[in-house]
Amino acid sequence: MFRKRYRMGGIALSALGTLVMAGVFTLGAGGASACEECKGKYEVDGKKSGYLYSTPATQAIQDDDFTNPGFLWVERGRQLWAKKEGEANKSCKDCHGEPEKLRGVFPTYPKFDPKTKKLINIEQRINRCRTEQMKAKAWKWESDELLSMTTLVGYVSRGMPVNVKVDGPAKPFFEKGKAFYFQRRGQLDMACKHCHIDFPGQYIRADLLSEGRAGGAFPLYRLKWQKLGSLHRRFRGCNKQVRAKPYKAGSDEYVNLELYVKWRSNGLPVEVPAVRR
Amino acid sequence: MRTAGLVAGGVALALLAQGAAAEVTKVQEKGLKPYEIVDGHTIPKPLTDKPGDPKRGAKLVVTRKKGNCLACHKIQQLNDFPFHGNIGPELTDVASNLTEGEMRLRLVNPKVVNPDTIMPAFYRTEGLHRVMKKFQGKPVLTDQEIEDIIAFLKTLKASQ
Ligand code: HEC
Ligand code: HEC
Repeated sequence: MFRKRYRMGGIALSALGTLVMAGVFTLGAGGASACEECKGKYEVDGKKSGYLYSTPATQAIQDDDFTNPGFLWVERGRQLWAKKEGEANKSCKDCHGEPEKLRGVFPTYPKFDPKTKKLINIEQRINRCRTEQMKAKAWKWESDELLSMTTLVGYVSRGMPVNVKVDGPAKPFFEKGKAFYFQRRGQLDMACKHCHIDFPGQYIRADLLSEGRAGGAFPLYRLKWQKLGSLHRRFRGCNKQVRAKPYKAGSDEYVNLELYVKWRSNGLPVEVPAVRR
Repeated sequence: MRTAGLVAGGVALALLAQGAAAEVTKVQEKGLKPYEIVDGHTIPKPLTDKPGDPKRGAKLVVTRKKGNCLACHKIQQLNDFPFHGNIGPELTDVASNLTEGEMRLRLVNPKVVNPDTIMPAFYRTEGLHRVMKKFQGKPVLTDQEIEDIIAFLKTLKASQ
């Protein structure tokens, strides 16, 4: 029975140790999904979403829209969508109609922005509508408002494949993000790639490492945070755990890194609001 | 139980075996005691005069904010402590496989043996990027803590 779970996890069978651990931690290594039919869609061209590295219990919370706490943010996003704000006294709805009209937008961000000649990500795009169209104040990063709206905009693209472009004018930014991913940092001197390319499927203490292909998952509800959080918050956490100085959420460094991480997720479905440990 | 990472270590050792006379590299990083790497694979001399204490070593191996070796290594002698990772090779029998000097180099700076390793260098202050302010200029473990851990590792034999 755990052999089956193991095979479905599709983890590299590189070490006998892995097998032993899979036995110790009966919370499947990305195996037996709470929802058998939904499992297939989280693996595309050999790329696996963090969903497949979650325990069945965590998967079950994500799979059920009624228990998934991320939906509180989707609902809050819907309220904000229709709220008129700013000197222009406009709401998102006044320009865009129903939120579902934005289906297909989320999977393509970050993208090159001709105006600033650098990348713009979805949070920044939302804030640009606020400052330019609504003449309202930009929402703060990680504020309830910005998280809610980003989650709503992600949610309406649920199931669509992540599809960021990394050629053309986006190329130099993509290359910077990639360099970040391979750069060792912090007192513990590790790069993103050491955990998420070299050892996915293996345990680092109690944590099962995923491939970090989270392009379709954030903002997500993290049980550890007891809250929904942005991808940049996750970047800060991963930087801090190797005792490296993190960058600011929304910094150019993190937006470039985001493009690289999302490119690694190209083809995987948007699953906002996802749930992780 | 040997993992892919070990193969890399094995290759490095094989290359070194071709050399003849002992090659000594002196290392001195800011704020740290100087030490000598012999033939690129061992630091035979202890970093301190005081012998290591295996009991304290075991504690450092378990403690998350110190060695936290269990993050990546399984050590059956420490099965009372939960959550052993499996990123690196099991250390249950490490004393049968490595000399004390080889273990010391592993802890001080494993990148000498495998430049691409995930394993942190526990006794370094230089060549690091964007270290958080409160850890700048400090090694992860002190010289005495390294010696304590080595004293503990020397007790790790599967047959016992
Ligand atoms: C010391 C190991 C380590 C390093 C180095 C590391 N991470 Fe992580 N990361 C983790 C762990 C543990 C988790 C939680 C389990 C998982 O999803 O892998 C995680 C989770 C993530 C996730 C969420 C995945 C999901 O689907 O929920 C992303 C994205 C991520 N990391 C990106 C990065 C980036 C980018 C870097 C470098 C800036 C990085 N990580 C460096 C250990 C690490
Ligand atoms: C983030 C992961 C990680 C941590 C933390 C870590 N190691 Fe390692 N260690 C490895 C890996 C991977 C290898 C395999 C060889 C390589 O990568 O070069 C290794 C190899 C070793 C070896 C060589 C084993 C052999 O049989 O050749 C020893 C000894 C060792 N580690 C001891 C320790 C000790 C003691 C600590 C804590 C003070 C520690 N490690 C912390 C990942 C880690």
